[in-house]
Amino acid sequence: MKISLLYFAWVRERIGLDGETRDLAAATVGEALAALSALGDGYAAAFAEPHRLRFALDQDFVDADAALREGAELAIFPPVTGG
Amino acid sequence: MITVRVQTEAFDLAAETRALSDGRTDIGAIASFVGLVRGGEIEAMTLEHYPAMTTKALEAIAGEARRRWPLLGGTVIHRHGRLLPGDPIVLVAIAATHRGDAFDACAFIMDYLKTGAPFWKKEETGGESRWVEAKTEDDTARDRWN
Repeated sequence: MKISLLYFAWVRERIGLDGETRDLAAATVGEALAALSALGDGYAAAFAEPHRLRFALDQDFVDADAALREGAELAIFPPVTGG
Repeated sequence: MITVRVQTEAFDLAAETRALSDGRTDIGAIASFVGLVRGGEIEAMTLEHYPAMTTKALEAIAGEARRRWPLLGGTVIHRHGRLLPGDPIVLVAIAATHRGDAFDACAFIMDYLKTGAPFWKKEETGGESRWVEAKTEDDTARDRWN
């Protein structure tokens, strides 16, 4: 299904993009990561340590098992460090 | 009732607290926190954020504070962009009838903001830059409210 992807901080740097829209064979966030990791070294490097990744689906924090829907906005980023 | 702002510009604590209490006599306490860029080895810091989510996340945290304490107003400001040592990064100012609620809500918002608002810090040291790692102490600080 078609997903709007956003990348932040070192995830963005490793992939070399701040965002993109892709048609992914994935039903969950975790499956989207697996599909993206197969696309190239940058993605594989960005997603190599899943415990260091956090996700937001349509601007709400979710876990890797969250279900995707057509047209969703999935953001992938490291644990936040604001404040 | 708790105003959230995400901006590149600096802010002024005195002006923000004055704005909270202006024309009111019901407020008995304003507790505030200002976070600054710590110097030392760090020459500069750049804060990246997720614009579509940042305000929403901060408003959700402020809303949770209002559910937990009887508050009379508040302001949360978080900056993004490149900042230098000594620059203010974040402001939380909370107005209440009594100090206990103001202190607690202010600390609660900061503890939740550290782990629940989509900001990422990149520090510059000696011409190199590196992303700041999240601290487990921040999770512990947040979890004390549960």
